Amino acid sequence: MSTQKINKSAMQMQAEVISNKKAGPYNHIVFAVGEMAANSRPGNFVAISIGGEASSLILRRAFAIYRATDKGVMGGSIELVIAPYGQGSKWLCSRDVGDFVDLVGPLGTSFGIPTTSANTMLIGGGYGSAPLFALAEVLKNRGCRVDMVLGASTASKIYAPLEGKRSVSSLTLTTDDGSTGLHGQISEAIPRLLREFGTEVIYSCGPMGMLAAVAKIADEFDIAHQCAVEEEMACGIGVCMTCVVPIKDPSGVKMVRACIDGPVMDGSQIIWDKKDVLDQL
Amino acid sequence: MSTLDFSTKIGSKRFNNPIFTASGCASSGQELAQFFPLTELGAIVTKSIMTKPRTGRATPRMAETPSGMLNSIGLQGPGIDAFLEKDIPWLVENKVKVIVSIAGETVDEYGVLARRLRAVAGISAVEVNISCPNVENRGQVFACHPESAIAVIEAVRRNIGGELPIVAKLSPDVTDIVAIASSVINAGVDGLALINTLLGMVIDTNTMKPKLAGKTGGLSGPAIRPVAVRAIFQVHQAFPNIPIVGMGGVSNGRDALELVLAGASAVSIGTASFSNPTAALFIKNELSALLTEKGFSDFRDAIGFAHRGV
Repeated sequence: MSTQKINKSAMQMQAEVISNKKAGPYNHIVFAVGEMAANSRPGNFVAISIGGEASSLILRRAFAIYRATDKGVMGGSIELVIAPYGQGSKWLCSRDVGDFVDLVGPLGTSFGIPTTSANTMLIGGGYGSAPLFALAEVLKNRGCRVDMVLGASTASKIYAPLEGKRSVSSLTLTTDDGSTGLHGQISEAIPRLLREFGTEVIYSCGPMGMLAAVAKIADEFDIAHQCAVEEEMACGIGVCMTCVVPIKDPSGVKMVRACIDGPVMDGSQIIWDKKDVLDQL
Repeated sequence: MSTLDFSTKIGSKRFNNPIFTASGCASSGQELAQFFPLTELGAIVTKSIMTKPRTGRATPRMAETPSGMLNSIGLQGPGIDAFLEKDIPWLVENKVKVIVSIAGETVDEYGVLARRLRAVAGISAVEVNISCPNVENRGQVFACHPESAIAVIEAVRRNIGGELPIVAKLSPDVTDIVAIASSVINAGVDGLALINTLLGMVIDTNTMKPKLAGKTGGLSGPAIRPVAVRAIFQVHQAFPNIPIVGMGGVSNGRDALELVLAGASAVSIGTASFSNPTAALFIKNELSALLTEKGFSDFRDAIGFAHRGV
């Protein structure tokens, strides 16, 4: 076969659950994945089969990788932080240590790392903060300043493990209900912090509404913005065309796949308002 | 030791084995190539291509359903120019058997697409998709009306020339699929692809609105397999000499065998590839083992076996 670049690091495997622990309203699950871990970058995701062989849930579920460790006690491993909200994620969160799941990864694009040291801000909503901690580590090692801002509806839904904070220069929390940190939506806190820290690059991960708000601010401040988008996927490997995100194009709008051209994308290229998209279709 | 002859024929073309991908479920092949060599399959059926680049529908485009899913893509694609420039050369260079699926908004567009394909080397057949449910106007589902189905097939036949087999992809959303099959066979197709997705809908009870941006979508997956088996059985009974590329919810070797017994000369793997990138490969291996286990030495002896003595 001549070279093809799509899904070039991806492997399909039976991955063993080596740890599954509650972390507030979320589950922190560790899978033994062997050499796959070495190819995983912050921003990449995995797609996992749900419900076993007789399952009526036929589609894989996509999860951002929280952390990848290529040489641990159990060999290579990846860690996920999962909110047990839907049928699929509940099934996954109820796996026991020693169970195996059918896993494909690493998939998708990863966060771009500045070639020189830069002031970066990492913005995460809910458990969308998970992949940002591994990114913070990479940025810190590159000599970047890393300011992290995490928001959620309420205190318990902020995911910020102790060990994740090591690489962070500052951590700001916001909650919609004011139960911890600044009271209000995460986007309300951002402009002041950008000025305070002299931010040059924004990285964001979380619900699409939050990403859209961050994109608007990044545009106003003329700051580069990489965001990891969320769109429902059927396959995760680029064949089904369901997870598309509308981006700006000379022809008006172009639909690109969140699984292949994303999940990490240039926030300034995305058409965030659904109405603008519909007008152009 | 297996001595199974696993080859099959559609019109004048021979395929090494009867497991294909389903159009729209393997893009143009490259995405799956990371997971297994595409040359292992009988053929890759590419995503239906149109004359011009097409954006497709807004999101959400997908809804999971019990043992199935709705899709509402709306034939997003790069258009025939980019497809012939980029996708086909890669497949041909890698010695992948290719069946090109085409879709048009008008009869003339099908003719234009057929004309573009006639000079392309390395293609094994053309699938004429006249049954995509994700169009704004049901009148554009040519496979719902014998006259319009005939008009499309005649336009393709006139323009394609040569010996490239023409396979018409039909919709199960009709009162009498045998009547539609009969009309396209009379118009000169070499084979039939059965079945496209069924038109369906999901309403989100939280928002109390349709889940899909396009409101309706095409239902696929194991939920529709009995419909596929029925359609293939009926059409094979009426036209036992017309090869059928069967598809509809096949997710293992047993399912594939079921379609073959009903009358399919080849089996396309669609939604199963979404849940498992290597699905087509393991289904091929399971089908081969099952046929051998049942005592078949030639795959073609199993085609339509369920009809014998019925």
